[in-house]
Amino acid sequence: MEAMLPLVVGVLYAAGFYLVLRPTLGQLIVGLALLTNATNLLIFTAAGLSRDGAPLIAADSETVSGAVADPVPQALVLTAIVIGFGVLAFFIALAYRVYRTMDSDALNDLNSTDRLDIGGLDAGGEA
Amino acid sequence: MTALLVAPFAVPMIAAVLAMLGHRSVKLQRILGVAGALGLLVTGIALLIAIERHGPQATQLSGWDAPFGITIVADLLSAIMVVISGMVATASAVYSAATVDARRTAFGYYPLTNFLLAGVAGAFLTGDLFNLYVWFEVMLIASFVLLALGGERPQLEGAVKYVAINLVASTMFLAAAGLIYGLTGTLNFADLAQRLPEAEPTGLVTAIAMLLLVAFGVKAAAFPLFFWLPASYHTPPADVAILFSGLLTKVGVYALLRTFTLLFDHDPGLIQPLFLWISSTTMVIGVLGALAQAEFRRVLSFHIVSQVGYMLLGIGLLTPLALAGAIFYIAHHMLAKTALFLVAGAVEGTRGSRALAQQGGLFERRPRLAMVFAIAALSLAGIPPLSGFVAKFVLVRAGLEAEAYLVVAAVLAVSLLTIVSMVKLWNEAFWKPAPEAEEGEGPTGAPAPAATSVGTATATSAGGGRWRLAAQLAPGAALALGGIALGIGAGPALDLSMRAAEQLLEPTAYLEAVLGEPA
Repeated sequence: MEAMLPLVVGVLYAAGFYLVLRPTLGQLIVGLALLTNATNLLIFTAAGLSRDGAPLIAADSETVSGAVADPVPQALVLTAIVIGFGVLAFFIALAYRVYRTMDSDALNDLNSTDRLDIGGLDAGGEA
Repeated sequence: MTALLVAPFAVPMIAAVLAMLGHRSVKLQRILGVAGALGLLVTGIALLIAIERHGPQATQLSGWDAPFGITIVADLLSAIMVVISGMVATASAVYSAATVDARRTAFGYYPLTNFLLAGVAGAFLTGDLFNLYVWFEVMLIASFVLLALGGERPQLEGAVKYVAINLVASTMFLAAAGLIYGLTGTLNFADLAQRLPEAEPTGLVTAIAMLLLVAFGVKAAAFPLFFWLPASYHTPPADVAILFSGLLTKVGVYALLRTFTLLFDHDPGLIQPLFLWISSTTMVIGVLGALAQAEFRRVLSFHIVSQVGYMLLGIGLLTPLALAGAIFYIAHHMLAKTALFLVAGAVEGTRGSRALAQQGGLFERRPRLAMVFAIAALSLAGIPPLSGFVAKFVLVRAGLEAEAYLVVAAVLAVSLLTIVSMVKLWNEAFWKPAPEAEEGEGPTGAPAPAATSVGTATATSAGGGRWRLAAQLAPGAALALGGIALGIGAGPALDLSMRAAEQLLEPTAYLEAVLGEPA
């Protein structure tokens, strides 16, 4: 497990960055999803994996007994998953709206606002 | 003290929730929009006074002692940032009360701006790395929606770029937080400051520092990570751009200031020259980009990039004077830049176009607006006795003391180019005759496609009576006056910046406030 997860994280990052650099919106979204999940796994791995028990305190005790897993990375990952999921959901909605407005999913078409001669007739973009 | 520390982000958040509950009443939402921003300003001032008297203050949320709970902590830098953000937010809220149309109000403009303010204030006040990430996300998600709100084509284009790059930067930030926890077992800034110097291997600490540098560098729009900013800040309606221009990049700069003074001072031989290079190239490339632009807000967007370079100079030189200069510069920049964006919004509202070629003749038509522009622009360029002069003077002097002559040369050259660029704006928008008189003189003579989208956003305001015009002018004028006051009263302001800088470099009081024992 300890040896596997870094490899998985590495492959996810590589795939994520590759997809983010691809030319369509759909690939961008999948790439971003892979990047956020690679990061979640990275936090999990970097903080140390363990097969110890859940960090619960028994009802009649003030402290945990025995070896328990560190709960902080789990809390971090949970928070990060929620945030990442929310942002990704927004991005998918945004991408759909872009597709409906532009009738294209090519990222290279998203440059009409980057032209220097914004007042020009050719500012609509050339595919 | 707990209430005072929590209030700057609690007040906008409460205002946001109330505005959501009262979504049927446009009037109520407007009032809450201004009230949230004003609340940020008032609580910020109260906080600054308290910190100024009693030194850094901290509180532990829900009673868990540091380093286990989440710490909210304010030193002078945090308090100053909150106060200036409050000023910018209030000005922007008053402006937007006059310009935001019913449609965007219905889709939650006012709750979103208040959530954005809560995120900004939270980021300034948190004492925990992961909590900083959460506040960043609160701010960013609100800004994502604000940017896309309205759904015009340029906005959607800008939003895709802005969201994508920020998501990538956020994953880097998160990865760095995870690695730092794996390395030290803590996320509390104060605790990290004590544990990181002993952390092994130091190579990993440097790697984490570089991850954070890239993550915050994207948010701060530093070279070479700034391209999203001029690609997105000119696309939303002016009221949104005003809020963004004053606040967002400065949160990135603040995060860099905080982490690289408190946490990563282990390898000054690498980090300081790196920051000097970043800040000089950011300054120069930003101002050169501005010179090439032909649209009011795009010129100003590139100037934001250029000025982020000045702010990062403080970390590059890392002397008390340089840091004080950087802090003073941030305050000056937030006031002057927001005033300029306010003017840009009013100009677009008057002319119905963003392209400079379609503007002109505004000196005759709106002389008071022209005055506000002139003051803010001269301040940005660094003409005495305005605040920009003091800020640049301090930075130049700090550079000379540190014998960083190349950087000083860059600062001075960029100032000159800033004046050139501001004169261009003045000539095009205010001084030259109105474009009716010289048809076909612009680059193409055709109306800008962007004009329609500006029109929908501000057409109601352009013909909407005197009080709307006043509400567009007054915030900019107030900020410009604030800039003058900051320039003339530079003595006390610089003194405050000096003490904030000393707290950054000598954080014993900060550590004591958080950890509760002499460090």
